[in-house]
Amino acid sequence: METHVLDPFSFINLIFLFVIAIFLGVELISKVPSILHTPLMSGSNAVSGITVVGALLATGLTPGSTFCTVLGTLAVIFATINVVGGYLVTDRMLKMFKTKSNETPGAKK
Amino acid sequence: MNLDIFINFLYIAGSILFVIGLKGLSKPATARNANLLSAIGMLLAIVATLLTKGLEFQWIIVGLMIGTAIGIFIALKVAMTSMPQMVALLNGSGGLASFIVGWSSYHYQPEVSLLTTISTYLAVLIGGVTFTGSVLAWAKLEEIMTGKPILFKGQKIVNSLILLVLVIGGIIFCMNPAGNYPLFILIMVLSLILGVLVVIPIGGADMPVVISLLNSYSGMAGAATGFVIINSMLIVAGSLVGASGIILTQIMCKAMNRSLANVLFSGFGSVVQKKKGEGIKGEVNAISVQDAYLVLEAARSVVFVPGYGLAVAQAQHVLRELGELLEKNGVEVRYAIHPVAGRMPGHMNVLLAEANVSYDQLNEMDAVNPLMETIDVAVVIGANDVVNPASRHDKSSPIYGMPIINVDKAKTVFVLKRSMNTGFAGIENELFYFDNTRMLFGDAKASLQSLVAEFKGS
Repeated sequence: METHVLDPFSFINLIFLFVIAIFLGVELISKVPSILHTPLMSGSNAVSGITVVGALLATGLTPGSTFCTVLGTLAVIFATINVVGGYLVTDRMLKMFKTKSNETPGAKK
Repeated sequence: MNLDIFINFLYIAGSILFVIGLKGLSKPATARNANLLSAIGMLLAIVATLLTKGLEFQWIIVGLMIGTAIGIFIALKVAMTSMPQMVALLNGSGGLASFIVGWSSYHYQPEVSLLTTISTYLAVLIGGVTFTGSVLAWAKLEEIMTGKPILFKGQKIVNSLILLVLVIGGIIFCMNPAGNYPLFILIMVLSLILGVLVVIPIGGADMPVVISLLNSYSGMAGAATGFVIINSMLIVAGSLVGASGIILTQIMCKAMNRSLANVLFSGFGSVVQKKKGEGIKGEVNAISVQDAYLVLEAARSVVFVPGYGLAVAQAQHVLRELGELLEKNGVEVRYAIHPVAGRMPGHMNVLLAEANVSYDQLNEMDAVNPLMETIDVAVVIGANDVVNPASRHDKSSPIYGMPIINVDKAKTVFVLKRSMNTGFAGIENELFYFDNTRMLFGDAKASLQSLVAEFKGS
């Protein structure tokens, strides 16, 4: 699944992206109240299933290598479990968070 | 070329949805929609990838279908009490996928640039550790294996050696990837072994930290994979998850007043057991259900403090029923939840939400502690270490310095407990011997049910 060569210039760009995204992640998450920690964890866990993109490419772009196709298919299966299972179970949990009156829960006391 | 631009445009849109999704998860009111947005982001990413030129679809479709079926099945089937295990398994699943993608990428084309090789090495290493570490955490939580720390002689030496081989082997491998397939296999195997070794010395009570940390790893493994296949989307999403895992890990460590290194390397529970002989002097006051009912009936404010024992006893529904009966009686009811109560961060909140407890009644530790002196009855259900006053004054206690819910400051404390056995961490709790503490022995669910029956009967 060779597409481009990772040269130092694009590498630096990717590092740049990586660092900025980490800081963004820290900013986003540090404000989550502890009541939502479990859904946050399973929800962000589902996001980490993004590796499915790599798995898809590993399966579809490795012509001529049965071994790689097998590996790729396995990777797609596991990553998809991560994605589908993660989002669904998070939704199941969040569905349960209610206030008694079911009013706009912004008015938290 | 145009297609390439379009694909990247979709990736950008997907990344934005991930960011908005994570942001929305910070409020209960917006969280569900936020999760949906995040899922749409993922769908965009997958669709964009499927547009890639020259992709062969047959096996992709097979993989997607099998994965989706399994994912739906486990997500709908899992009980809320088993959420920590579920998250551990999903984590492991993602880690394994990164591990395999790294392997496949190397297998298909070993001769690549140095930077790509380094990325592949990292993807396999982090993915491998995440995979076996998560499976082990799952086994511990599911109680397939002992939740106690497993320590053996020379453990630190073995770990250090494996780490050393991984580092040196990694350098040699990265210098000459094409000629070193056997070395690559060794690296893969050692990564998997390392994952096991990292988790076995950690006790069950520290699982919230481990799960958070593995969550972070699974993100990092994804980001590393992004460097392998040069894909910005993977890097952005992976780092977002990595960062969120790190934050949660920090919060958990802070809630236990321990450093991450201490959690990972100390083999907590095993050290504690030596101190058991000392014991705590004093008398335990037991109370009957009838008497407990009379106290609760006269109370004006009640705080419930749930712990993992609530989940084990499956008592969350009957607890909510009792809470409602008390409220009908004019009692102010709160639920106080310690950050590390349960086996994963926020676990108790999910269980109580499942039982239909309104989430504005779920209080964080810091919100409840200042009120504690005005509370008539604090009811501790299946919690132990998070209410142990020794953490405030006993410097020899392993939990010294850990912030606790100060139930002992309430006028009366009920502790629902099966027996006088120590908790998961194996620490004696002096709270049980306090003058204002009453022990209500028995299964938590049965005790709560009897209390409910008393209220209904009157």
